[in-house]
Amino acid sequence: MPGVKRTLAVELGGFALVTPVMVASGCSGSGRETAGLVDPKKVGAVVSRTITVEPRKGAPTPRIAEAPSAIVWETGLQNPGIDAFLADELPRMAKGGPPIIVSIGGRTLEDYVRLTSALQGRPEVLAIEIHLSEPDDELERSVLGAHPDRVTEIVGACARMSLVPVFAKLPWSPPRLVELATAAVRSGAHGLVVADAPPALAVDPRRLRPSLGSVTGRLAGPGVKPLTLGAVLEVARAIQDVPILAVGGIRTGEDAVEMFLAGASAVQVGTATLIDPAAPVTIARGIARYLRAKNLASPADLRGRLRLPDDPDAVPRVTA
Amino acid sequence: MKRARAEILSTRRLGAFHALTLVAPEIAERARPGQFLAIEMPVGRDFVLRRHASIHQASRRGGWAGTLEFVVEPRGAGTTWLATMKAHEFLDVIGPLGKGFAYPKKLTNCLLVAEGRSAASLYFLAQELLVRHKRVDMVIGGETMETVFKPIEAKRLSQTVAVVTADGTLGDRGGVLDAMPEIVERASTEVVYAAGDAPTLQRIAAFCRTRNLPAQIMIEEPMACGFGLCYGCVVPVARSDGSGYDNLRACVDGPVFNPARVLWDRWHAEGPTMVPTPPEGLPVVRTWPG
Repeated sequence: MPGVKRTLAVELGGFALVTPVMVASGCSGSGRETAGLVDPKKVGAVVSRTITVEPRKGAPTPRIAEAPSAIVWETGLQNPGIDAFLADELPRMAKGGPPIIVSIGGRTLEDYVRLTSALQGRPEVLAIEIHLSEPDDELERSVLGAHPDRVTEIVGACARMSLVPVFAKLPWSPPRLVELATAAVRSGAHGLVVADAPPALAVDPRRLRPSLGSVTGRLAGPGVKPLTLGAVLEVARAIQDVPILAVGGIRTGEDAVEMFLAGASAVQVGTATLIDPAAPVTIARGIARYLRAKNLASPADLRGRLRLPDDPDAVPRVTA
Repeated sequence: MKRARAEILSTRRLGAFHALTLVAPEIAERARPGQFLAIEMPVGRDFVLRRHASIHQASRRGGWAGTLEFVVEPRGAGTTWLATMKAHEFLDVIGPLGKGFAYPKKLTNCLLVAEGRSAASLYFLAQELLVRHKRVDMVIGGETMETVFKPIEAKRLSQTVAVVTADGTLGDRGGVLDAMPEIVERASTEVVYAAGDAPTLQRIAAFCRTRNLPAQIMIEEPMACGFGLCYGCVVPVARSDGSGYDNLRACVDGPVFNPARVLWDRWHAEGPTMVPTPPEGLPVVRTWPG
């Protein structure tokens, strides 16, 4: 039997990446801080930190705390604002770096419209990731994207305006995850990022206070992997024709394979990159090893191949 | 910065501290006082992120060429694990990280002030200052004699030394601030280098401001990555043109800062700001207060 032509390349709603492993938003500094420690040609893509219209100073410190097999963090979206990002940060990221997906975030519809518009025509931008977990200043809701009507409005506006693909990063919102995913896809999202980190609390018993300056934070790291797997499976069973990018707790090639089996087309790696800047490359190598061992040609061959009982009702709704 | 799988050459206990010497020539040859290392932890439940430690010594010449020494104080799971490491085991280390201390050009009389483990990087600085023919005086402190870092080495490196402990078990009873006025007077100090916890650094900053002494401080802000990726370790620093302030990353724009520009009341206010719980859920403080 002739050898299988193996590739790590994946096709994601209109563009191809050399590997299915990206750096998640918020874990790549302001450009090329760890350039010498990782080969950019072997990283599928990098998602920028979330950019807002105006510069943000971010959350009070301390901004990080460790938890069992996880971290609780909140940076409050510190970023230089769209103008400074376009002038300095984006060109710096583009120089010799991996393909760039720009994450945009806001608290009003106008924020998203202005951000999407500002990114149009920039050759460095491969795609846009729509961050949806900020508070909603117009409708006075604590998480803007936790409501299907708002997702429809915002993702719809961005998708209509953008010449590059847009991905919706779903807020952590059981049991409405499928509803939000459906709203995003119906309003034009080319793909779904599942999911933004769950809210969490860290407490310092010695000082009788929360460990973080912002009180609450978000949970990330290996401990959230089972949550991500459940969310990916649930969304993938409901929505088959749109790529899912899994994010949350991926540290090894095997973790990525698990996400593909559950239905993801690609993965984003955050916390693991803070520990090992070369993690996206190491993980890609791990995926390649697995494909070789199973005699499969590409990550796409794994997608959704999780073996479930034949009776669809036997699989309970994971986030109910 | 370089990454190395570094062999541990030796370890030793120094009072409450553990010093580890690593073989890491590419890092050692680039290291400057004030810089630090990011050390990977084993995969485990109790530690996820790298641990960060200032460089205590870096040897580029002689019998110890290519080695680095850093110091840990066993407190949490990570530092306790590091204190159990033995010679010939390996550590994954990234460094040297951060902006180190700047050596004075014209000024000569340097006062180095530190408490506890933070003093480790000042010994490296002292050696480099002596090589540049500067005068070095030191104030070294700790809670007890066990937590005063290498007092004998301090005497060897400095023209004059003041040792203080909170409980009086070594040197004079008191804190480093108590010893500073006299030694500044005696040594005609022209520039201050300091390391320690935030409250001490804030008091040293105020002292230097009233005496009009230029100073550099090494801030030890808890870090997640240590190489500028995550914005977890920021310190608010006023811009030199007076147009406001920026949250600078202690790991790339520090850990050495000009204390006159640090916004002390924004940085380590006595606890996080509490806002009333909104009807929908947990309290959320999204942006810097004010």
